[in-house]
Amino acid sequence: MGRAWILTVLFLAPCRAALAGDASSKLGDLEWHGFAQVNYASRLGTTRQDKPPSGDFLLGEERLQLQLSGSAPKGGAGYFAKADFFRDEVDSQADVDVREAYLSYAEGPWDIKAGRQIHTWGVGDLLFINDLFPKNYVALFSGRPMEYLKTGASGLKTSIYSEQVSMDLVATPFFEPDQLPTSRRFFLSDPFSQVTNRVEARPRHDLGNTELAARLYRPILGFDAALYAYRGFFRTPSMEPDSMAAPTKLTIVYPRLSAYGASLQGNAAGGVLSIEAGYYDSRQDQAGSNPVIPNSQTRFLAGYQRSPWTDFTAGLQYYGEYMQHYERYEASLPAGFPKQDRLRQLLTLRLTQLLKYQTWRLSLFSFWSPTDEDYYIIPEAAWRVTDELTATVGANVFGGARSTTFLGQLDLNDNLYLAMRYEF
Amino acid sequence: MSQRILKTLFVAASFALTAAAPSSAQEIDPVKIVRNAQQAFFYQGESFRARVKMTLTSQAGSERLRELTMLRINTGPGGPSARPDKEVRSGLSMPKGGDQRYFMYFHAPGDVRRMAFLVYKYPAREDDRWLFIPALNLVQRIAAKDSQSSFVGSDFTYEDVSGRDVEADEHKLLREEEHGGKPCYVIESVPKGSASYKRKLSWIDKTAWLPLKEEYYDVQGQLFKEFAAEDIQQIDGLPTITKRTMRNIKSGHQTVVEFSETKYRLALKPEEFSERALRNPPRNWIK
Repeated sequence: MGRAWILTVLFLAPCRAALAGDASSKLGDLEWHGFAQVNYASRLGTTRQDKPPSGDFLLGEERLQLQLSGSAPKGGAGYFAKADFFRDEVDSQADVDVREAYLSYAEGPWDIKAGRQIHTWGVGDLLFINDLFPKNYVALFSGRPMEYLKTGASGLKTSIYSEQVSMDLVATPFFEPDQLPTSRRFFLSDPFSQVTNRVEARPRHDLGNTELAARLYRPILGFDAALYAYRGFFRTPSMEPDSMAAPTKLTIVYPRLSAYGASLQGNAAGGVLSIEAGYYDSRQDQAGSNPVIPNSQTRFLAGYQRSPWTDFTAGLQYYGEYMQHYERYEASLPAGFPKQDRLRQLLTLRLTQLLKYQTWRLSLFSFWSPTDEDYYIIPEAAWRVTDELTATVGANVFGGARSTTFLGQLDLNDNLYLAMRYEF
Repeated sequence: MSQRILKTLFVAASFALTAAAPSSAQEIDPVKIVRNAQQAFFYQGESFRARVKMTLTSQAGSERLRELTMLRINTGPGGPSARPDKEVRSGLSMPKGGDQRYFMYFHAPGDVRRMAFLVYKYPAREDDRWLFIPALNLVQRIAAKDSQSSFVGSDFTYEDVSGRDVEADEHKLLREEEHGGKPCYVIESVPKGSASYKRKLSWIDKTAWLPLKEEYYDVQGQLFKEFAAEDIQQIDGLPTITKRTMRNIKSGHQTVVEFSETKYRLALKPEEFSERALRNPPRNWIK
């Protein structure tokens, strides 16, 4: 594998100069770019001996990204491909990640994109309600650049634009789960830690399992208004034991999910106001009485962002998750399992200050849940050394009152990260 | 078309002569001069496109580049429907309203490549601004309160790029004098509210109505920022500043902005300045 990608790079590298000259005649407006990057994250302040196999490092990688794009001079057809070649010392192996690779075509009011793509919608900042596209939380928690929070999904995106209302429809036949921390790199709380026999049952690549996501949007009274619908699966796995009393085997499943929601975003009170809500219909447990499948939920957020002085931005968000059938959840929960609240609440604060002609960016992002009593803080400093070279230092700091909540269980994984990137 | 432009220019020029004729400067309304300068600088030609190259140089001499394509269309009263040419012809006045849409697509450097920025500008209230972040395929609304923030890290502010509300300052005609061999009005503008400067002097060309030079003074009365129109060319019959410099006297930092492939009166529609353009910019816009 390693040799294959090195050969690919060596083969492609000289082509750039060769192609640049008469690219337009052969390949449309060819553009070739990318970056080389080093990215390390080291655990902070843990002296425990029972460390995960990765030791003190959550990440230790070198990465090369190549981006190739082009379009026909006439006719609205184009292509885009972005592939990462990397070696991660924590896994001691090299690999390739095709982040995006798609063909696009625009005709009249239609845009069509076919292939692997990254999709993002909704108005939350690091909080996602109606954006149910795949995410990589391992990347976020171990200090990789923000773009790695989103993963590509292979499928078809159709957009129709009109003055009244525009629509995006995304069909994804190949299920992609969220990447969540595993015990290979993270200290985690696991209610079934004694059960080692585990199998993952992902939704099969059947046409019937094609995920559909739709967004309808238009401006209303100066606000950006949108309606959303999704039919597919929870991307966060659920663990199904063969027996609740004495489990010997766990099946990791992704239960069926439908979601419906809406959002509004626009200028208000000298800043930007964002509101979003969604209803999660847990289709395999609509009664809410199965303890291993998530209960149906209503999720909502309100956010406000403004710039009180030059090059400084502050953003505040309130987010809530309300469980629909809490009594049945309580009744069905096996003894000894940590109990969730009916309403999980979260507050986030983002502060960003740009300095020295915007070559320095100091930022702080913090999550704090008053109900889970846990928190997550990301302080970061980024310096654009030259137009090409950027250096970033930051930290991920987790904590909480209990080791069973989402952020609280990551308490022992505080880390300091460093990223340097050269773009070409 | 060209006849109409010639006629416009002729009328504008003859008007400028009559305007310059009164012996006492007090008879000319400085607000009208500033409106005319704004019209010439930010509104002319109904729609506009240019490839913009910004060179940022620090005092130590290190250089950074920003390359983008900028498109602009007038949408409010004073846009195509209100025929701004006629307004200029009929006297020293700028169209009221003055709503515009701007679209900017970044070609370089690497960390902003393929980013796109959409602004709906309303002179009397906050702009709507959206940013497209290609790595996340995300369209994000951004807070627009501070129009005096630096534009992409340069010495130009958002206001310098898209105009400042004429009503935000008190304007006074100080004198008339030549600058670079061209007769100019020298206007003093003092912000009514808080601003990054305390006082601004502008040398406005009596013929083309473009600002040839601007000086920004701080609270201590010291010059801290200086604008200069370095090159003016006739583009599609309209005088256009194709090279400008903003120099920060105190920090020694400066930004040179050069326009190329400049064009006016393009076949653009206001509704094309949309989320679609951010996510999937039309090829003929950004080539």
